[in-house]
Amino acid sequence: MRFRVRRLAEFVIERMLFLCAAASILVTLGIVLVLLFETAAFLREVPIGEFLFGTVWTPLFSEKHFGVLPLIGGTLLTSAIAMAVALPAGLLTAIYLSEYAIAPVRRVVRPVLEVLAGVPTVVYGYFALQFVTPLLQGIVPGLAGFNALSPGIVMGIMILPLVSSLSEDALHSVPNGLREGAYALGATRMQTALRVVVPAAFSGISAASILAMSRAVGETMIVAIAAGQQPRLTLDPRVPVETMTAYIVQVSLGDTPAGTLEYRTIFAVGMLLFLSTFSLNLMSIWLRNRFREEYA
Amino acid sequence: MTSLTDTVPALPQRTLRYVGDRLLAAFGLLAMVLALVSLAALIYDILHDGVPRLSWEFVTSIPSRRAEDAGILTALVGSVYVIALSALIAIPVGIGAAVHLEEYGGRGRLSRIIEINIANLAGVPSIIYGLLGLGLFVRMMGMGPSVLAGACTLGLLVLPVVIISTREALRAVPKSLREASYALGATKWQTTWHQVLPAAFPGILTGLILAVSRAVGETAPLITIGALTYIPFVPSDIFSPFTVLPIQIFNWVSRPQAAFAENAAAGIVVLLGLLLMMNAVAIVLRDRFQKRLS
Repeated sequence: MRFRVRRLAEFVIERMLFLCAAASILVTLGIVLVLLFETAAFLREVPIGEFLFGTVWTPLFSEKHFGVLPLIGGTLLTSAIAMAVALPAGLLTAIYLSEYAIAPVRRVVRPVLEVLAGVPTVVYGYFALQFVTPLLQGIVPGLAGFNALSPGIVMGIMILPLVSSLSEDALHSVPNGLREGAYALGATRMQTALRVVVPAAFSGISAASILAMSRAVGETMIVAIAAGQQPRLTLDPRVPVETMTAYIVQVSLGDTPAGTLEYRTIFAVGMLLFLSTFSLNLMSIWLRNRFREEYA
Repeated sequence: MTSLTDTVPALPQRTLRYVGDRLLAAFGLLAMVLALVSLAALIYDILHDGVPRLSWEFVTSIPSRRAEDAGILTALVGSVYVIALSALIAIPVGIGAAVHLEEYGGRGRLSRIIEINIANLAGVPSIIYGLLGLGLFVRMMGMGPSVLAGACTLGLLVLPVVIISTREALRAVPKSLREASYALGATKWQTTWHQVLPAAFPGILTGLILAVSRAVGETAPLITIGALTYIPFVPSDIFSPFTVLPIQIFNWVSRPQAAFAENAAAGIVVLLGLLLMMNAVAIVLRDRFQKRLS
């Protein structure tokens, strides 16, 4: 009898734990359904071609245009600047820490850099607007008070620890035999690092970079504060732009009534954002798993 | 460093090799130092702007249209309410999911799907969670932009972080402990509840603190669900409208007057102080844990 109660309890507990794990699937499902529902309603009024390929975005004006390209352009511009900062600096830091630095330096620097990743993004927004923009205005002629350059650079600083930590992990897990083989052939540390270790860790490093890209695309507060909120299709980093994320914040701050077309625009833009980060994340996970299999 | 080999004709090429080596080391060091300098500049800038504005009145005053009278009381209380409630939502579910995946989950297809799904959720931009909260909690369930809706949204946001860190803590528990328990005739759940969870507890706690500290700094999802930027009263229950510290900071940053920028910096000092405290506790716990295991 006691055994039977015990077995029943075990069964119930196992089912409950399973439900907890399954809840994570429900979250994904919830995100997809909410975005899909409102986006479908949006696309019933705005043709998908006009949405995806239109070059004017003015849903909040009386003369409405729903071309999302300026928002995509703003997102790509700020993300590209961030990657131009974070990739070389993060990778060089990772190579230095993994191949050159003595152990105590690595032990101290790594957690300090990770502090950068733990700083709330609204703080970075303040830093970009109040410190980096005035600093850059002394160097870059014609830099507006709101621009793509300053938040881009600050975003790069924010994702740098992500690139350096994950890349360093990848470099670190390359078997020492490979390094020793290179040294035995007379290679210098640079040759070993650049021609043996980095190529061997390549899929791990790419996984880190793609994850960083996804983070930059989805980053919100830095661009909402420091990039200005003017949707503009441009490659000039000195003028105000608006990203997809910043647009969602802009609409959320006003009181747009639910059910209107303006309200639905944020879900349509959110859908694009979700799809792009989702595919970047999947790619990163796939690359990381491949790397793990190589050196498991 | 001079040796016989330095005099042989191959000298230029050899030196060149080592020049490259030094250069890579120098650039690596430079990149690292630049990153550290940016962190120092960030901290210096915030402290320089914010500390002079900091006072007890600043922490205990409600927001005001006049910068010099404004304080962060309502935002601070709102933050505490929302974070505590979201922890109550995310922690039990997150630990349950982690235990299932780590202790019960086989290598089956469903486990793999759940696993990839969690890794993916951890990478979904926080503002997307805001849209989920807006569509699901605020509109469909009719919670409105309340403390409860905010807590549910943030709870879902930190759920993957809780699951991932708890799994790591569970994985650090030696297998021998489980086997000894089974050998004494304990069931799976008895082993988990009486042996594995207590052994992993400090590690789990560390992860939980770090996950919750992530929620403390979140701004975008709460703006998206419609949390207000100006609230002259402390939220009274879970159905009240609310604001949180990062939103208050955002509100001040977006105003053109310099006095409000000072307020923002002072608010940031408080926010970072709060996070620093939480992280310090997590680090102390981790150190104690590591000592015990080794």
